[in-house]
Parts: sequence; C-alpha cells; structure tokens
Amino acid sequence: MSVVQETGGKAAGWTDDRLGNSNFLRRSLNKVFPDHWSFMLGEIALYSFIVILLTGVYLTLWFKPSMIEVVYDGSYAPLKGVKMSESMASTLDISFDVRGGLLIRQIHHMAALFFVAAIAIHMMRVFFTGAFRKPREMNWVIGVVLFLLAIAAGFSGYSLPDDLLSGTGLRITQGIIQASPVIGTWLSFLIFDGEFPGTAFIPRLYSVHILLIPGLILALVTAHLMMVWYQKHTQFPGPGRTNENVVGYPLMPVYMAKAGGFFFVVFGMLVALAGVIQINPIWAYGPYMPDQVTAGSQPDWYVGFLDGALRLMPPWEIVAFGYTLSLNLIIPAMVLAPVLLVLVGAYPWIERYALGRDTGEHHLLDRPRNAPTRTALGVAMVTFYIVLMIGGGNDIIAYNFDLSFNTMIRVLQVLLFVGPVVAFIVTKRICLSLQRRDRDLLLHGRETGRVLRLPSGEFLEIHEEVDEESKAKILAKPDIEPLALPEAVDDSGVANPASRKQRRRSRWSRFFFTDNVPLPSDEELAEARTHIDHELDDAVEAGSKAAAEISEHQ
Amino acid sequence: MSDSTETQPDFAPANIAHHPRRTDVDPKAAKRAERQVATMFVLAALLVLASVAAYVLIPVDAGVVVPLLGPIGALNAALGLSLGLGILLIGLGAIQWARKLMPGTEVVAMRHEMRSSGEARADAVEAFDRGLADSGFAQRPLIRRTLIGAMLVLPLPLIVLLRDLYTAPEGALSPAEQLEETIWEPGVRIVTDVTGNPIKAEDVPVGGLVAAVPANLHEVEEEDGNLNARAKAPIILVRMAPDEIVSQQAPPEGEAWDYEGILAYSKICTHVGCPIALYEQRTHHLLCPCHQSTFDLADSGNVVFGPAARQMPQLPITVDDEGYLVAVSDFQQPVGPSFWERS
Repeated sequence: MSVVQETGGKAAGWTDDRLGNSNFLRRSLNKVFPDHWSFMLGEIALYSFIVILLTGVYLTLWFKPSMIEVVYDGSYAPLKGVKMSESMASTLDISFDVRGGLLIRQIHHMAALFFVAAIAIHMMRVFFTGAFRKPREMNWVIGVVLFLLAIAAGFSGYSLPDDLLSGTGLRITQGIIQASPVIGTWLSFLIFDGEFPGTAFIPRLYSVHILLIPGLILALVTAHLMMVWYQKHTQFPGPGRTNENVVGYPLMPVYMAKAGGFFFVVFGMLVALAGVIQINPIWAYGPYMPDQVTAGSQPDWYVGFLDGALRLMPPWEIVAFGYTLSLNLIIPAMVLAPVLLVLVGAYPWIERYALGRDTGEHHLLDRPRNAPTRTALGVAMVTFYIVLMIGGGNDIIAYNFDLSFNTMIRVLQVLLFVGPVVAFIVTKRICLSLQRRDRDLLLHGRETGRVLRLPSGEFLEIHEEVDEESKAKILAKPDIEPLALPEAVDDSGVANPASRKQRRRSRWSRFFFTDNVPLPSDEELAEARTHIDHELDDAVEAGSKAAAEISEHQ
Repeated sequence: MSDSTETQPDFAPANIAHHPRRTDVDPKAAKRAERQVATMFVLAALLVLASVAAYVLIPVDAGVVVPLLGPIGALNAALGLSLGLGILLIGLGAIQWARKLMPGTEVVAMRHEMRSSGEARADAVEAFDRGLADSGFAQRPLIRRTLIGAMLVLPLPLIVLLRDLYTAPEGALSPAEQLEETIWEPGVRIVTDVTGNPIKAEDVPVGGLVAAVPANLHEVEEEDGNLNARAKAPIILVRMAPDEIVSQQAPPEGEAWDYEGILAYSKICTHVGCPIALYEQRTHHLLCPCHQSTFDLADSGNVVFGPAARQMPQLPITVDDEGYLVAVSDFQQPVGPSFWERS
C-alpha cells in the first residue's frame, strides 16, 4: 500500500467514524448516469453559474455601486474629464486599469449569456422528451423559476454599470413600473427613492444582484440537483433500457471524469471567448444621461422578447374617472410574461389532465415524434417567443435588410398569432410522418441499397430487418388511447351528473392523443419478419414463374 | 471490484452488445492515448504559467491586431487565450482519459419506485397525528387561533419597514404631482443641451432640429445632486414653414404656442420615457429608437405609429426682450410615461 493510499484510508476512516458516510459513498460512487449529448445542456448551465459566482466575487473587489457623480480620471483617454456615476467610473477602472479586470468582467458577462441560453435549451430538451412527467413535475417547476431568476440575475447585472445602454433599459423598466395600475407611481417612487433616476437605485440593485438573486438561485439549484440525484436521471429508450433500470456509466470514475472535465471545457471556452470577443463595451456607449439615447440599442438577448412585446403592442390606453390604465405597457410587460411562465410551469398538469389517469413513473424519455401534440405545442410556444424576439430587434433587421420597420411590425403582429398555429399544424404532421416511417421500418425493414436484377429482368431492392438499437427505440413508443366520451345518460336513462366535466376532459384528451400512428401488432410484426426474410425467395420464385410463362407463350 | 457488486445486487454490467475500443484491445493504442492525455495536462500547466507571465510582462494598455478580430487589448487577449486554453485542456484531457482508458462498458442499476411503502406512509401519518394530538393544536382552539392571529400580523412590520425606501424632502409635492411638473417656468431661457448657449429664433433653420434644455438645469442639478430634472425637462425645437403646421396643442383661443414656426416638444417619449431625437424633416415625424413610436410634430405631436398612446407634450414658447427663446410656462400636460393618477 502506498503512502497516499494509507493516508487517504486513514482520513476516510476518521470521517466515517464521525459521520458514517461510507453508507452514502458506497451507493453514490456506483451511481449510474445515462449518457446522451443533450444531458450536457443542464451541465452547461450549472458550470456557467459556478463561473459567474467565481468571477462575480472578483468583480465586487473593485466595483463601487454608487450613483454619486464623479469626474472620470482613469486611463481611458476619450472619457477623461467626463462626469459620470461612480458605478460607471469603477467599471471603467476594472476594464482599463485593473490588469485582467476586463477579462474577468467579460467572462462574467459571457457566462451570464451562456447561463440563460443553456437553461432555455435545457428546458426545451426536458419538455420535448417528456422528462417533466411524474415523478419530476416539481423539478420542472423549480426549473421554470430558475429560468426566471436567471433572467433577473442577468438584467440586474448588466444594469449596474450605469452606462448609456443599461440606463436606457432601466428607464424603460421604470416607465413600466410607473404604469402599474393604482400603485405604479408610489411603487416607482419607493424603488427609486423619488423620481427617476435618483441616486438610490444602483446600490439597491447591487444587493439584489449579488445577494438576493444568487442566493435564491443557489438554493434552488441545490434542490434541483438533489432531486435529479435522488430520482435518478431519465434515459432514452434503447436495447436493455427499461422504465425500471438505469443504464450508463458509474459516477466513479467515468462520469466524474467526464462531467468534471466538461466543467473545465465550459470554463475554458468562456475564458477564451472573453479573451477575444468584446462584450458590452460601456466606454463606447458613455455614461447614462436621461436625455440621451443611442439608436439601435439592444438589450441582452434574453430580454429581447419583452422589448419585442412592447413594440408589437397596439397603443391601447384607457383614461376614465380621472385615472389612466396603460394597457400598452401592462399587457406586454406585466401580463404576458407571467401568463407564459404559469402556462409553462403548469404544463405537466395540463398533459396529465388530458391523460386522465395515473400512468405511473416515467423514466424512459419520449422521442418527440411519439408525443406529437406536446411537441407541436412546444414548437408553437417557441415560435411565439421567436416572433417576439424578432420584434425586439426589428429596427436592426429592417436597417440591415433595407425593410420598412412599420411593415415589419404589422407583419409580426399578424405572425404572433398565425405563426404558432401554423407551427403547431406543421410540427404535428411531421411527427406523425416520422411515426409512419418508424412503423414502415418495422414492417418492411431497412433499405439496404443493394439492388438485384432477377433472371426475369425484374429489379429488386433487398430489405433488411432494422438493427436491435433502432428496433428498441421504435418499440418503446407508448400508444395512448384518448379518453372516451362519457354517455350523457346511463343505461336507465338517468342523466350523468359528471357528464359535462368528463366531456370537457375527453375533448382535451382527444385533442392530445387522437392523432397517432399505432405500432404494428405482434402478428403484423411476425408476418413482416417472414416477409422480409423470404423477400428474395418469393421474388425469385415469382420471377421464374413469370419467365416460364413468357417462354411458354413464345 | 467484485465485492461492490455483491453488496449492490442491482448494480451490474449492462447486458448490451459492446464494441471493444482500439484501446481495449491494442496496448499500443492505449499507450498512445495515455500519452495524449498527459500531453494535454502538461500543455495546460504551461499555458496557465504563460498567463502569469502575460500578466507580469504585458502592459495593461498595450494593443494588438489579431487577424479577423481586429485590434484588441493585448493583455486581455493573452490572458484569455492562455488561461482559457489551459483550463480547456485540463477538461479535454480528463474527457479523453475517460473515453479511451476508463471502462467503456455501460453498467445497469435498478430503479426503485419513488413512493414509500404503505407501512412507512401509515407510520408517518400516525406519528404526525400523535404529535398533533399531543400538542393539543386541534383541541385548544384558543391557542391555535391566537397563534394564527399573531403570525398573520407578523409580516405587517416587514412591509411597513419598507415605507421609507422613499423619503420625501420637506415640502415635497406628492409623487403624482411631482410627475406632473418640470423645471420649466415662464421666462426660462431655452439653451442648447451641449454648450448651454441661449438660442435666438434665427439660430433654428427651417427643417432643422435643436436639442435643448432649460437654462436653469445645471443649477437645479447642482442643488438636487441628481439627474431627475434632466429626465423630464429636455425638449427639441423644430422649425417649419407656417403652412406646414397642420395643428398645435395651443388652445383655440389665445396665442399659438410656436414662435414664428418654431415648435418646442418634449424630448421624452410618452411610451416609457426614452429620449427621442430621430427626426425626419420631410414628414415631420419624430421616431423613438426604443419602441418605434412615431409622432407627427406638424400635427400636435400626435402618435402616427407604434405603441405610445399619447401625443408628445408641447411647450409654449416665445422670445424675451433680447430676442432669445424662452418658455411661456411649464408643459400643460405631464411629460414622459403614463401613470395611474394622470387624467
């Protein structure tokens, strides 16, 4: 036994004497993690968050969250002598006078962009594969809240330097707060300690950005990961993978090396990108002045959809009884986002309602095609989001492609409602076609590309049974029957009291599950197998028969 | 490790066809993979050391021109690339190690139903019920109700304590009243926003646009120690030929609010308060860069496109004895975004 092993063993014994942790370790080191590229999306989010925490602490050592006006005297010559808030000046110092400060600042911002993006794509993966189903509904809701918190973290962060771009974003935010019904004016005065911009807001935002939001994220991420750990990861269908087992690599050593290594890959990528790509050059925007703005100003990508919603909204405002209700701000900024979030968060129950029964635990993931309505709803949602996001950048697009921004807005207003419907229909059809293809693959086998010419002159492509892996994948498809319409009156002619409720549910269920291409039955499969196996013999037989007939005629 | 399989009966190699890797069958390939991994780790260490050298050697203000990317900060690029690639190589090395040399066969473990056994559930319910009964929570409504009452009022101070997030200076108007007025007063001169020079009518050419502020702005800002006045007071001056002006906000009786075709409008968008300065001379349209609300300055500043619901407030102007443009009064309606109390 080497010295290292001996010391390690002693240390492990020491802690186990006191904590009894070997029970946990015994189970955990053997914990099995399924492997799939899409399972890394959540990891990217987690690792970006760690990088954000590390770099964020570094930035706090120099950043001064203060709106006190100072005259800039740092080494960035073009702004020398310009009045700005201490917040902006200290951010410039970090960027130009602290060695490596700019790099850390850029890593922090880059990681924030990756964090929100990774969460969004991870959520889509979870949605489209049905990983949110029982028993993981709670973790889905936590994920939705985390997405919201990530956006809040990003927005509160890029608003801190008090530069012209972020100040404009804050002005918009303040305008929206001020437009809240009944309490808007007071709410805005409380948040900004008086009128906009005041001098209190940046320090307040700072404690929200570095303490409140990251604290909540940290707590929820911990809960999120503990649930993943405890419930074990889902897996895609494949040979040997069932709903009762988990197939993959053990934590020690393979998963540890891969996941640990991937942390360094994400970290390294972020650092290298921050080294060569400029992000949020506040010195080019200048300090915030409430009477100045840059044309074509764009927020970070994840705020774009809200900006788009503001742009696409018609100018509705109600003035009655001496009060003003700004629907043009309330609907896009205060109603739309919460409604979307609640819909997304409640989705597991929406689908469960259509299912109408407890189908137990789901650990095998759906292939998106096998849940056509869910997939179509998801794509419709994404389409809605993308239309809003295009709206957020329509001036940039109109400028670069020489379009009329007015026409663009009108088109997008229509697309916002038509786009998701078209996306739904098209996606559902594609899913069903793919199901049909899967069915054909099982029944007719795989085209091998080997073409034979029979003695009779006929050409024939040889089909082969699909390989085990594809077969297992296809056969994992669940065929779900929609709930039947309940009878309005029972056998003895008495009206069913629950009928209306059940009818509503049945309609919902049929919307979800009616369109489906069922898997072939066992008999059909057996028949198909003999057909594929004897394809060549049958053809040769038929061919020679035909050839014989032809020669008879001659 | 055979004994781990024994103590963990549900942990076993998966019964799935496994294709051996080159490194599984060819010791030479395994050796090569080992060297690859080690090389990555060595390079990583060298790059991390290089980043320390870059920190010491490269001046903070040195620039460098990188092909495709253009000029960038030399220290930032050197630190980022060396540290980034160094960290990246540690990760790639670990992954290569796992992929090539660690066991390549998948293992299988059994899942267990998440729900606890019926017995455990019953025990939990029993323990809870016993605790509830022992506490007397159900049997002593007086205690229960008073506790609930105390807990209900507890959040109150937490909310009340936030009241002084806004401390009004002595004699301050109510929030809504503050939003309704700006620092414009009768006779306050209109000065350019950059140089602060007063403006004569002839300084504003027909078709031109001048961004302006009240002459007392700097004074007020010094006094207040904030930029609040600047968020409401800025205006733009545009001049049109008299026949181009379709309408103004001036009341039907009395003086028009322009001065010889010079119109003064608020610069703060009535949507969410972005300052506006994109003016199209031919159409007299003013376009907000934030959400593209468009106002027709020849027609009372009315909204012609976009999400803004209200016209741009117009400032009545005239000239003083020396011929400089001045305000006749404050705006006759609140500037900037809407608020509840605004009628």
